[in-house]
Amino acid sequence: MKNPFENLDKTLEHRVRLQIMSVLVANESYDFNALKDLLEVTDGNLATHIKALEKEKYVSVSKTFIDRRPNTRYKTTERGRTAFRKHLDAIEDIIKQQRK
Amino acid sequence: MEEQEAYQKDIESIRKLMERSVKFISLSGLSGILSGLYALAGAGMAYYLIEFSSSSPGYDSAEMHERGMLLNLVGIAIGILVASLITGFWLTARKSQRVGAKIWDATSKRLLINLAIPLVTGGIFILTLLTQGEAALAVPACLIFYGLALINASPNVYEEVRYLGYSEITLGLIAAWCTDYALIFWALGFGVLHILYGAMMYKKYDA
Repeated sequence: MKNPFENLDKTLEHRVRLQIMSVLVANESYDFNALKDLLEVTDGNLATHIKALEKEKYVSVSKTFIDRRPNTRYKTTERGRTAFRKHLDAIEDIIKQQRK
Repeated sequence: MEEQEAYQKDIESIRKLMERSVKFISLSGLSGILSGLYALAGAGMAYYLIEFSSSSPGYDSAEMHERGMLLNLVGIAIGILVASLITGFWLTARKSQRVGAKIWDATSKRLLINLAIPLVTGGIFILTLLTQGEAALAVPACLIFYGLALINASPNVYEEVRYLGYSEITLGLIAAWCTDYALIFWALGFGVLHILYGAMMYKKYDA
């Protein structure tokens, strides 16, 4: 049998990244501050992990101004959605295999 | 084995986040029960008003009398709405403090917008009905638009809210055929259904 660990997504193995993706998959879009409050992480921590997801083109960014204050919103891309699903499938396989 | 635990934890946190980022979990079931009771009290007041004021033939013309009555009834309805909103807001704020969630976050904002679109549309439409002398259809329209608002907002709250929405719409459509019993349908839709679903949600999520 093939090793299910090979199907894990290296970028998504980090819990915060996986959490970011799960919020973005469930919602149309989410802004930086709301995401920070929800995940209870620091500015810097969140920024670093989002950067990593951006680099893989799993999320897209749109920057606008609301009342002259910058507002940064994130969306997941089709690529990100697929990667997230495959990663979950891989986790599922691992859990199943270890149960046997 | 250790790894399996880590993955289980991952899955758990994903499930929780997906739900929490979409659903506003601080909504209080108790506020549903209370607003149902307000509505029943209001329906009682309206019944009293209709029954006992029409028997005294004043010097006003019948038309004037009817207009005054309509204003009183609309006043009662708005009073109940305001009382329900204040109670709902207060109880929800209290619950969100208890569960450690913010009352004003991305989810509650979306919830309010989704509620407001059908409600504002319905409100304007009903005002039009009243000014055009089609007051008989105001109650069915209230129920229908309220039901639509609930269904529109239901992805962001408990799933019971969607069924409450279906019930309100059904009741509204029936009420449109029996406008003589408008008050009874109003009491059923805003009173009894709120108490019923509020109690259900209170038992399931608040206790």
